[in-house]
Amino acid sequence: MKYTLSVLVENHPGVLSKVSGLFSRRGFNIDSLAVGITEDSNISRITIVADGDEYVIEQLEKQLNKVIPVIKVRTFRQDEFISRELSLIKVNCPAKQRLDIMKIAELMEARIVDVSLNTMTLQFADTLERFETLIDLLKPYGIREIVRTGTVAIEKDSAVSRKQ
Amino acid sequence: MFSGAEIMVKCLQEEGVEIVFGYPGAVICPFFDELYKTDIQAVLVRQEQNAAHAASGYARALSRVGVCVATSGPGALNMITGIATAYMDSIPMVAITGQVKSDQLGRDVFQEADITGACESFVKHSYLVKHTADLPRIFKEAFHIAATGRPGPVLIDVPVDVQQGTVEDFVYPDKVNIIGYKPSVSGHPMQVKRALEILNQSERPVIVAGGGVLTSGAKLRFREFVKKTNIPVVSTMMGIGTMPSEDPLYVGMIGSHGKKAANKAIHDSDLIILCGARVGDRAVSAPDQLAETTTIIHIDIDPAEIGKNMKTNIPIVGDMKNVLNQMLQAVEYTAPEEWLRNIQEWKQTMAVPPKSFEGYVEPKSFLQKLSGMMRTKGILIADVGQNQIWCANNYRLSDGRFFTSGGMGTMGYSVPAAVGAKFARPNRDVVAVCGDGSFQMMFNELATIAQNHLNVKIIVMRNTVLGMVHELQDAFYGSRYAVTELEEKPDFQQIAAAYGIASACVSDNEEAERVAAEMLKSDQPFVLVCNVHPHTSSR
Repeated sequence: MKYTLSVLVENHPGVLSKVSGLFSRRGFNIDSLAVGITEDSNISRITIVADGDEYVIEQLEKQLNKVIPVIKVRTFRQDEFISRELSLIKVNCPAKQRLDIMKIAELMEARIVDVSLNTMTLQFADTLERFETLIDLLKPYGIREIVRTGTVAIEKDSAVSRKQ
Repeated sequence: MFSGAEIMVKCLQEEGVEIVFGYPGAVICPFFDELYKTDIQAVLVRQEQNAAHAASGYARALSRVGVCVATSGPGALNMITGIATAYMDSIPMVAITGQVKSDQLGRDVFQEADITGACESFVKHSYLVKHTADLPRIFKEAFHIAATGRPGPVLIDVPVDVQQGTVEDFVYPDKVNIIGYKPSVSGHPMQVKRALEILNQSERPVIVAGGGVLTSGAKLRFREFVKKTNIPVVSTMMGIGTMPSEDPLYVGMIGSHGKKAANKAIHDSDLIILCGARVGDRAVSAPDQLAETTTIIHIDIDPAEIGKNMKTNIPIVGDMKNVLNQMLQAVEYTAPEEWLRNIQEWKQTMAVPPKSFEGYVEPKSFLQKLSGMMRTKGILIADVGQNQIWCANNYRLSDGRFFTSGGMGTMGYSVPAAVGAKFARPNRDVVAVCGDGSFQMMFNELATIAQNHLNVKIIVMRNTVLGMVHELQDAFYGSRYAVTELEEKPDFQQIAAAYGIASACVSDNEEAERVAAEMLKSDQPFVLVCNVHPHTSSR
């Protein structure tokens, strides 16, 4: 099962290696890891998507909490968060296929950010599921390159307030 | 105006540091030079790994943070094994390393090594100092982190230009403020209550005493709890000494190398209370199986240890001393007589009498005798190998201490750790027990002992083989002794003599006991070589 963890850390040099080193060392599998500073420039947020069972995730949380510059670890439940991932997808696109791919882009709400004689590059920011749909649609044209940022996630206040 | 090196020394003074163990080199010279001008003693070891072991022995003997120092590159790298050893055994330690100039970092210059990177998985925390002005905060934090919560080593890597840089003022912070580091101190009252409720229903409870009881300084409180409840106690290797060995409620060490009765007790129990024990594989070989048949209460200061190796019914996160206080206030339980009778019976019937070989010292009975010869509160330090198991199962202590490299199992630990322990406790008997394998990994420290006139006694169990592996080869590898034969050479007495240290070599128990008694009376260091038969088993 996939879990999304949100980790607040002090924004010091070396913190990322302390956190990422933990994964390989303790044998945790991660799908993605995204880092960026938060509203407070002294604090960064690391969003991790990890694969594992409850035991693995509990261990992961505990081990992360032991890293001194880690301030807070939070594992999101299924319906509690909004997640997005930014990706850039370069797809084969000779002139005669331009319209097809433009239609797919329009349909999926991807932006076309570059067009050349033989390729088109799309920018896409959405959930993991939608990303997979887009890739399925583009595959027949030949995907040359995909660049992804990894998932970032934020708590969904509407879901939280409904519960209360 | 203060230099970075001066600041570092002032920080050590603020922390009450009286001694450091180390080895110099070009880029740590500014620090050692400033240290030289103060009362803080700098002990020169003969290899950096031993600086960390000595700091560990010191830290364990005094329950204070031990400090070790090395230079950049090879010096720092040599120290890693010692740091990792301390990490596995939760020893409070600050390791200071010199580093090449900041602007040369990352260029692979002479004696440059990324020591903070290399040590990442062996330290509780580490710092690479970028600015001289950061030194006071970093030192304050490092000592705080090393000593609080679950203790452990903290590394401070200081580039030489940071040591040479200057700042106007020196102000040592009163407090630390690390947002993400607030170790819990007391157990959650509800969990403690639940634990006691479960205890009340138990017919066959056992307490597993781990190193955490000693680390937390909870030994007396622990004994009080045991006395009040009559619950039998087994210990891990790190927990040896929590109970007096001769106490009727103490069954012995558990695990693959432990006492049969102790293992039987935990397997037949209906409730196990883990106290500051992390359920290492050497202590409990099939924890999941065990967890299915018995209820587990796990008390530990490190939440990550709870549930890591064994499923837990009731987790209690907190400092052992505080949790025991909480439990003592409310506990009204006495273990059933029948359970205690069973355990007494197992203790007697399952004991394995040692087998002796003519013309050799039988180490198990010798170590039992040695226990009685040492003065109260003596410190016995076992190395790693068969000697460790012999000591763990046969050395009997009441108020003394037993140190060993429990988690990492680092050969060569005993003598350097004894150096540290002796500096910490000059008035106590300090005896290191090692094998001829481990002795040859660190006998260079005889120089440190001689130079500092340390009254450290060393017992070398000389069986001319690497006994632990030799035994393994007998059991699983058709007695093919691949690279485990040590030869009769060198002559350890000649080695001791080369350092000006008196020695004796004995080949039977009577002689061993006589020499040991004499050795302990003297105030000089001594090397006692005991010839042990290569097929003496660890059990």
